[in-house]
Amino acid sequence: MKRVLLAHGDGGLYAAALIKDLFLRHFSYPELGKLKDAALLSSIDGRLAVTTDSFVVQPPFFPGGDIGKLSVCGTVNDLVAGGAQPLYLTVSFILEEGLPLEELEVIVVSLADTARSCGVEVVAGDTKVVPRGQADKLYITTTGIGRVDPRLALGAEHVRSGDAVILSGPAGDHGIAVLSCRKGVSFQTQVVSDCAPLNELIETISPYFPALRWLRDPTRGGVGATLNELAESAALDVMLEEKLLPVRPEVRAAAELLGLDPLYLPNEGKMILVVEQEAAVAVRAALREHPLGREAEIIGQVERGTGNVWLRTVLGGTRGVEMPAGLPLPRIC
Amino acid sequence: MLSGTELAQAQQLLALIKKKLTGPLSIMEVCGTHTTAISKYGLRPLLEPLRLLSGPGCPVCVTAAVDLDRMIALAGTGAIVATFGDLLRVPGSETSLEQAQAEGADIRIVYSPLDALAIAADNPKRPVVFLGVGFETTAPAMALAVKQARERDLSNFYLYSCLKTVVPALHALLAAPHGLDGLLLPGHVSSVIGRRAQDFVASLYGVPAAVVGFGERDILLGIAAVLRMIEEGTPGVVNAYPHVVREEGNLLAQKLLAEVFDTAAAEWRGFGMIPESGLVLKTEFASHDAALHFDLPHASVLREQDPCRCGDVLRGAISPLDCALFADRCLPLTPLGPCMVSSEGACAAYYRYDRKKGVAPA
Amino acid sequence: MCIGMPCRVIARVGELGTVEYCGNSREINFALVPQAGNGEWVLVHAGLALQLIGEDEAEQLLALLEEFYAERD
Repeated sequence: MKRVLLAHGDGGLYAAALIKDLFLRHFSYPELGKLKDAALLSSIDGRLAVTTDSFVVQPPFFPGGDIGKLSVCGTVNDLVAGGAQPLYLTVSFILEEGLPLEELEVIVVSLADTARSCGVEVVAGDTKVVPRGQADKLYITTTGIGRVDPRLALGAEHVRSGDAVILSGPAGDHGIAVLSCRKGVSFQTQVVSDCAPLNELIETISPYFPALRWLRDPTRGGVGATLNELAESAALDVMLEEKLLPVRPEVRAAAELLGLDPLYLPNEGKMILVVEQEAAVAVRAALREHPLGREAEIIGQVERGTGNVWLRTVLGGTRGVEMPAGLPLPRIC
Repeated sequence: MLSGTELAQAQQLLALIKKKLTGPLSIMEVCGTHTTAISKYGLRPLLEPLRLLSGPGCPVCVTAAVDLDRMIALAGTGAIVATFGDLLRVPGSETSLEQAQAEGADIRIVYSPLDALAIAADNPKRPVVFLGVGFETTAPAMALAVKQARERDLSNFYLYSCLKTVVPALHALLAAPHGLDGLLLPGHVSSVIGRRAQDFVASLYGVPAAVVGFGERDILLGIAAVLRMIEEGTPGVVNAYPHVVREEGNLLAQKLLAEVFDTAAAEWRGFGMIPESGLVLKTEFASHDAALHFDLPHASVLREQDPCRCGDVLRGAISPLDCALFADRCLPLTPLGPCMVSSEGACAAYYRYDRKKGVAPA
Repeated sequence: MCIGMPCRVIARVGELGTVEYCGNSREINFALVPQAGNGEWVLVHAGLALQLIGEDEAEQLLALLEEFYAERD
């Protein structure tokens, strides 16, 4: 089996071969092939949005995706949540010496395919190799550049009491999919990661952009943490309805098994939308037209308050939804 | 999530209870998983003026400071330390397992002690210690792991046992002045020890109690059963979780526990020493006993933070909301006591779900 | 104090076996509930089956309670 060698990162013949035989074969942007020190982009009309994110997911392959796909989705979704249309991506790999080249290729293909599927060009890249043991297989950093959509005015300052909170699909899939293959807690599950780029989904609701106030992808910390951030920055409360919160039965079951709350599990293909109450039902219907929004639900609303998140339970009780402290750890108590 | 039938039953029970409940009564949920569930289901405000008080059934919360220190010290010995996620962030006198991990300790979160056994088999040259915290529900898995370690000659597998048993704690709780009108008994401990073993709660102390499951419907059923006994003045110990709990419990599990463990006096936070409430490995399993194999600190430098009232919380004397430190100086990231640290600790549950912050919308 | 899950037995092999709970499965130990057969439900905690789960009898308890509460009205 061929493996990544330290020499692949030294800038010499090995490095050139890796670029030519692997990266250039799968990334098609013409600028990239010229192997210049900097990619020159055509001029972009409008304001720019830039975001960067590093991906260290353990394990790199999980049900429903891999670190390559994830590194595109994460950055694309951050641009979308920022009200921008994603255009370009740069990709930086840190590889551990000894990583099988076959595995690297699967990840690169997955990354390239995902970028292509959402219309984003990979325009620049870099590779470094660190000695065995100094990294865990590989890490990927992507930087995304997008054009700010002039039709959108997003931000906590636009959110008003009475606005509806919509979740684009069931919560917690990615968290359970990744936890299921962790050492020590391993179990088999039908749950697959929801990892997906959401630019197209959000584009489908463009007729309702004037009613859209706030967008955020609930990744780490899940829906619970993301809504706490909203409540705090808007200085308003959010009231969720437990019976409306979409969670797949198998995710709920696995979360129970591990002593975790789906509200705090990470998602990689979901968006929380705050929209004017009058448009909520129409936005939900529009989201449901798209395969990635089929199970979208209005999960609650913004209310006057002081920056807290609440949940009305199925029995009609009201309890707080706190900011989580630390990573969700499987527990038995 | 509740099935449709269960939801209907839960609503029916809630209505019954509300109708019957006139004065303030105090019922203790002994088990920490109950505490968390009750808060998470939003039941406390719904059931007012009923006061639901937390009890000693949170294994991490009642673990003595010296035991926490010794478990954290184990992580510094170079051994692989396997444990449940529950323990990772709990602070000892000076540090936590999470800190120790950042400093290079090899800590593995597992779902079962039997997974730790597999780690021992994979790493024959390194000692593997399982940190054994829990009650009768969890103890059988640890007993089985130790027994299998001996059978499979995995001499590098060790258990550090802080295991405790619930019955002596109930005696300690009820023998002292308490002001409790009823108890909700732990359903999963009861699946091992059986309902009958807890009859003394009513027969000896005159306190009505129910063995209770963990869903919304199950908890309301238990409360309704206890309220009925209070109203009738006929204390008993009712099995409100009959599809899981038997009269005699699981005899094989009890036999296994007796085969592997001796009982010994154990220190409980909030209660002090309780006779025969700890489970320690029998001498024939001494070669797997981490307490004997490793050189561990004998005393803790940890002093209970003077104003911390975890002890009162664990005895049901106060609600976390009555503690002046709660949500003020004692917070999830800077906890002053174990009830705020453990994910099923009463203070952590109240902080997450029941804290009065601003005004809850109607 | 202890999270326990009701799981359905799907494949017993000696002391071990696989249980399923709503699309999730895992191998557990059946040393303490050796009589559990495929299709039956068991309570699982920390990788061990602890008890066979019977029919939900809550319905009967509920009926009793209702009767009691009705009498006192």
